[in-house]
Amino acid sequence: MRDATASQRLASLGEVSTAGELAAAREDPATGRVLPVRADIADMLPLGGLSRGSTVAVHGSVALVMALLAEATARGAWAAVVGAPDWGFVAAAELGVALERLAVIPAPGEHLASVIAALIDGMDLVVVGNPEALDASRVRRVMARARQRGTVLLSHGAWPKVDLELRYLSGRWHGMGAGHGYLRRRDMVVEVRGRGAAARSRRVRVVLPTLDPVPAPIPDAAGSGGARGARA
Amino acid sequence: MHARELSDSAPSRVVVVWCPDWPVMAAATAAGASLFDPIATVSSGLVVACSVAARAEGVRRGMRLRDAMARCGGLVVHHEDPVRAGGLFEPVVAAVAELLAAVEVVRPGVIVAPASGPARYVGGEDQLAERLIDQLDAHTGVSAQIGVADGFFAAMVAARRGVIVPPGQSAEFLAPLDIRELHHLDAGAGEHAELLDVLWRLGLRTLGAFTTVPERDIASRFGAEGARVHRAARGEERRALSRRRPAPELTVSQTLDPPVDRVDTAGFVARRIAGRLQALLVSHGVSCLRMGIHARTANDENLVRVWRCVQPVSTVAVADQVRWQLEGWLCGGGGMPPPTAGVVELRLEPIDVVEAGRLQLDLVTATDADGRDRAGRALVHVQGLLGFDAVCTPVIDGGRGPVERARLVVWGEQRHRRRAPGAPWPGRLPPLSPVVIPSPSPQGRVVDMTGASVVVSRRCEINAAPHLVQVEGWPPMPVLAWSRPWPVDERWWATDGAVRCARLQVVVDRGPTTGCGTAECPDQLALLVACTGGRWRVEGIYG
Repeated sequence: MRDATASQRLASLGEVSTAGELAAAREDPATGRVLPVRADIADMLPLGGLSRGSTVAVHGSVALVMALLAEATARGAWAAVVGAPDWGFVAAAELGVALERLAVIPAPGEHLASVIAALIDGMDLVVVGNPEALDASRVRRVMARARQRGTVLLSHGAWPKVDLELRYLSGRWHGMGAGHGYLRRRDMVVEVRGRGAAARSRRVRVVLPTLDPVPAPIPDAAGSGGARGARA
Repeated sequence: MHARELSDSAPSRVVVVWCPDWPVMAAATAAGASLFDPIATVSSGLVVACSVAARAEGVRRGMRLRDAMARCGGLVVHHEDPVRAGGLFEPVVAAVAELLAAVEVVRPGVIVAPASGPARYVGGEDQLAERLIDQLDAHTGVSAQIGVADGFFAAMVAARRGVIVPPGQSAEFLAPLDIRELHHLDAGAGEHAELLDVLWRLGLRTLGAFTTVPERDIASRFGAEGARVHRAARGEERRALSRRRPAPELTVSQTLDPPVDRVDTAGFVARRIAGRLQALLVSHGVSCLRMGIHARTANDENLVRVWRCVQPVSTVAVADQVRWQLEGWLCGGGGMPPPTAGVVELRLEPIDVVEAGRLQLDLVTATDADGRDRAGRALVHVQGLLGFDAVCTPVIDGGRGPVERARLVVWGEQRHRRRAPGAPWPGRLPPLSPVVIPSPSPQGRVVDMTGASVVVSRRCEINAAPHLVQVEGWPPMPVLAWSRPWPVDERWWATDGAVRCARLQVVVDRGPTTGCGTAECPDQLALLVACTGGRWRVEGIYG
């Protein structure tokens, strides 16, 4: 812990990068067990990030899927989006996704399962926009492969046997009145349901998206915090 | 040649042929324009290269296009196109290869070769330079500058000044020069940007000042790469670090069926073979300094060209070089006729192979590159399944609406921007953008209390308060809030593609959600609706 605060103090000096930070950068996200997420949604996830090899289903909010990709891609992880031809990528960039490390396969057609399998080999995160197009046996094989390779599968829609389920319940927009203003932020309620220890569902309030600056992640929180969680 | 290889400790004499402003020359040649006109090539609204005439009018690299146009009214603007620059360079290489043996292409515009043999043959280095300039002028009409010195870096710097540095004097020649000359050390620009930035801030402004720092200290702070740069600055650059004969198992070849005879298929072939070469080099733990690109056509013509590899060797860089070379051959031009048949076999042969560790950059970048290669291989695999065009990556352009701002480009193509996102776009939507852009846009109506359609006037005023949004297939949604309309009056000067519409953000009520259960959390949906001549459509969905 003393080390952590010391490294934070060092990191706050700006130009200085500590050996620990370099090591963290190398381990995370390339080999770290937990991929980091934006600070404002990290609290929502049981491990404070996306556990490698896990499958996460998101219901009802594309913004939430994009937000889950943001921090990891910004830190050098690679992501692919399959079967989501209508995503607005300007919004993805606004939410912090590094578009230069995002591959998009809008129309995988009948090859969906093979495409996902190929992507799992090379990507850190794979988003499946049309999971309903997969049958149960293919789903099992794809999940096993993702677990083996340490790739996070993000399904936008129902997916059997997920490790974590995030369900958008309701949202409330702010910033606009009767003919004036514009959309500034949305408060939404998300139901989080995990497996095993986290099986009891809980409701979380999240502000997403927002024009207000997102609090910067504390350098140490996403990396070693997540790893601590993974061991627990 | 053999004698020089044996005495590896003595730096070798190197000749560099440099065609200044090659991108501009290529653009002018392709467009049939005169080189004496002010010409600039532009990428993302910034000047990438410009001709002498343009420079005389005050146009500079890195300048915004608008400023360049303001300084030079008659400026002819071309888009930056590395493929064109690479393809048109082949006749130049062919002309140089008639005089020099063992020609290597560093990048389109720069050729390097050993100088001592050819110089002895023509009677001196000065004569060699003259012959080269003559040859290029006669065969291709291209004007080039020649530099001869000890080692590649010194020769490159000499070529930019058009001078011949006597043997053993490269260090003195380099010492007073600006340290930023080190940008020219490797093929592309910017490889050593970080190192140079640090040195500049340390107050080491000349190459001479840099070389006064002991090599040991540079190596301990900047690693092997720093040591290599230091040796180059001292003019003691070796041609290769420790050369090994290429093992035949490192050669990759690919039979092309059907034969490649078109430029557009060349790109795909290049990526595939480059990926295989990279994988092979990595699995042997080696890297290569130069590679030979061999092609055999259906009529048994053999084409060979040697390229110097950008360090560290990456799939993308190798693929680009292979692609440029193939295009150069396929297009012919200059003194070289195009091959009489398509290419049926392509072979990449690494020439100077060294242990990868000697060239490896720091570990952070290495893992980065690792991830990129891994991702690249997976995407090439998907391209194999679905076709080359099926894998894309998004690029953000300038523009007003969500549809024109994001564009998908095919994976592996250039990610250049068409319109600058930073430019002012009057009527642009505020920066929370819709996360879903349905295609085609669902048609619908926005009505007021009385059930009459809401319309937006030409002065961009809304005639009544919106009350309901009705979209085919959706339940009617009561409007809770709405923004002022944003006018879109794009291309009003054109009679055809004129877009006249107004956009509106609306928040609608979706009623209490089943998941939430209680009335305290009603669910709201935000939509981007657009009105064209009284007809409404949903352009985007927020959140």
